[in-house]
Amino acid sequence: MTVIKGMPENDGFTKNGDNSYFSEANGGRQEEIIRFDNVGISYNGIPVVKDVSFSAFSGEILGIVGESGSGKSTLIKAAMGLLGDSGLVTKGDIYYKPGSHTDKNLKDTIDGKEDLGRINLTELTNRELRRLCGTEMGMIFQNAGSSFCPIRTVGKQLYEAMREHGRVSDQGFGRSISASEFRVRALELLEKLGFDDGDRILESYPFELSGGMQQRVGIAAAMLPGPKVLFADEPTSALDVSVQRQVVDEMLMVRKNFGTTIIIVTHNIGVIRAMADRVLVMKDGMIVECGDTLRVLNNPKEAYTKKLLAAVPVLRR
Amino acid sequence: MESILYAENLTRVFSRKGQQELVAVDHVSFELFPGECLGIIGESGSGKSTIAGLVTRLIDPTEGRIVLEGRDITTLRGKELRDIYKTIQLVFQTPAESFDPRCSLGDGIGESLVNSGMRRSEAGREVERLLDECGLDKSFAGKYPFEVSGGQCQRAAIARALAIKPKVLVCDEATSSLDVTIQKDIMELLMELRKKKGNDLSILFICHDIALVQQFCDRVLVMCHGRVAEEGIPDDIVRNPGNEYTKRLIESIL
Repeated sequence: MTVIKGMPENDGFTKNGDNSYFSEANGGRQEEIIRFDNVGISYNGIPVVKDVSFSAFSGEILGIVGESGSGKSTLIKAAMGLLGDSGLVTKGDIYYKPGSHTDKNLKDTIDGKEDLGRINLTELTNRELRRLCGTEMGMIFQNAGSSFCPIRTVGKQLYEAMREHGRVSDQGFGRSISASEFRVRALELLEKLGFDDGDRILESYPFELSGGMQQRVGIAAAMLPGPKVLFADEPTSALDVSVQRQVVDEMLMVRKNFGTTIIIVTHNIGVIRAMADRVLVMKDGMIVECGDTLRVLNNPKEAYTKKLLAAVPVLRR
Repeated sequence: MESILYAENLTRVFSRKGQQELVAVDHVSFELFPGECLGIIGESGSGKSTIAGLVTRLIDPTEGRIVLEGRDITTLRGKELRDIYKTIQLVFQTPAESFDPRCSLGDGIGESLVNSGMRRSEAGREVERLLDECGLDKSFAGKYPFEVSGGQCQRAAIARALAIKPKVLVCDEATSSLDVTIQKDIMELLMELRKKKGNDLSILFICHDIALVQQFCDRVLVMCHGRVAEEGIPDDIVRNPGNEYTKRLIESIL
């Protein structure tokens, strides 16, 4: 059997009857939640991602590493529909498996579009995809501080995002959520994510928070609508080393408390070592190597991975 | 041995109307010896880059003294100030932004040579030699900053800084915007230059990556809130930090 780089055959995952994968290796059963199948992406006709296939599983942290221009950020932007006018998924499919859907919004969106319980994200219109963004798939960016409006408090902005992207279900989230209900929910979430003073955070303007705190609030904002998948695009790159650890700890807390699947794109091997279960190494739009994080970092098989790891300055303690 | 660069009680206060004064650099003193590489590490806002600006006189100190090659340069103006750049040069974090986008890399590198009195034809040949010294083909002289990669542009920036044979090179986060593999290439280039030039080139290496400083520098200053928290040999500081701040900084490395 030909093993396609990135596909999980080698990492203890088994194929289901519906062609998806699962694993029972780490205690509970892990189902495939998002899958890239032979995906090619171009910007202005120039291919930047070429024939990439991989899957991420429930509760898994998947790291994607590579140099600038390797196409790692483009992959997650494609899933979120953030390629812009010049970017296009030219081939392949990106499947998302929503699991049980109690959410009316989601039900309306995927009605008739499911294939074996999965939705092909590349076939959705922008409007349909937007309904999944927030509630099903969240994203945090390199500089969360700049994605906040500078003249309104964090609390007001999170409330607005919650009304816009929150779940519309029997529990009364989404447009129907009241300000007081939002506050209870937001404070509960901030507490779960290790914030000591949630009230102060909600009352603060973005500039009153440090860079690290802004990034942590960005993660909390993405988690508020309760997504099952969190995409993180270089979430620690703009931060000092001492603050990077706090952000990594917060993402680990997200997985622990909510079982969220996290796909983290970074060039920082230290961040990958600290949090990822599996890692994909990308170069020139293709997957060079994929596997269990410790295996890839301690015993890389491919020449490029070896070169990349050898270039990382290591502290001699 | 006499130091080539000496900073004494260097202080810079930024004040804006209606706002609290910000002491970016607070009574910092250090010496850089010929052939030495001195690292300065610290978090954002600790005053590292302000020090780079102060010792190259791009920023005026509020207090303190800067001595370059035995000469006090703290208050120099005009031609006298311009002359210090024959001795001290700066390499910036973002190479593409440090070149004029409308000039080719060759023109950018050659400008200082021509300004120092070299004939244009001679400067052209010297630019090619400098590019070669920094690992670039001579065809790069005709390229514009936007036509080359970040790593190539930084090599050209180093070639430009070395053009008039300075004795002190200040690298302000010179590799921070580059990918790790390119960063390694640039560090190898700097190491090669150090070996080749011996005591004729001293480097002030400002960086937030302690591992890189440990690999490259002879001594290191750890900065915290504008002050020197600790000073010493990188290996000693990493293994036995004598200061709470340094300890926390090292422990937080992933």
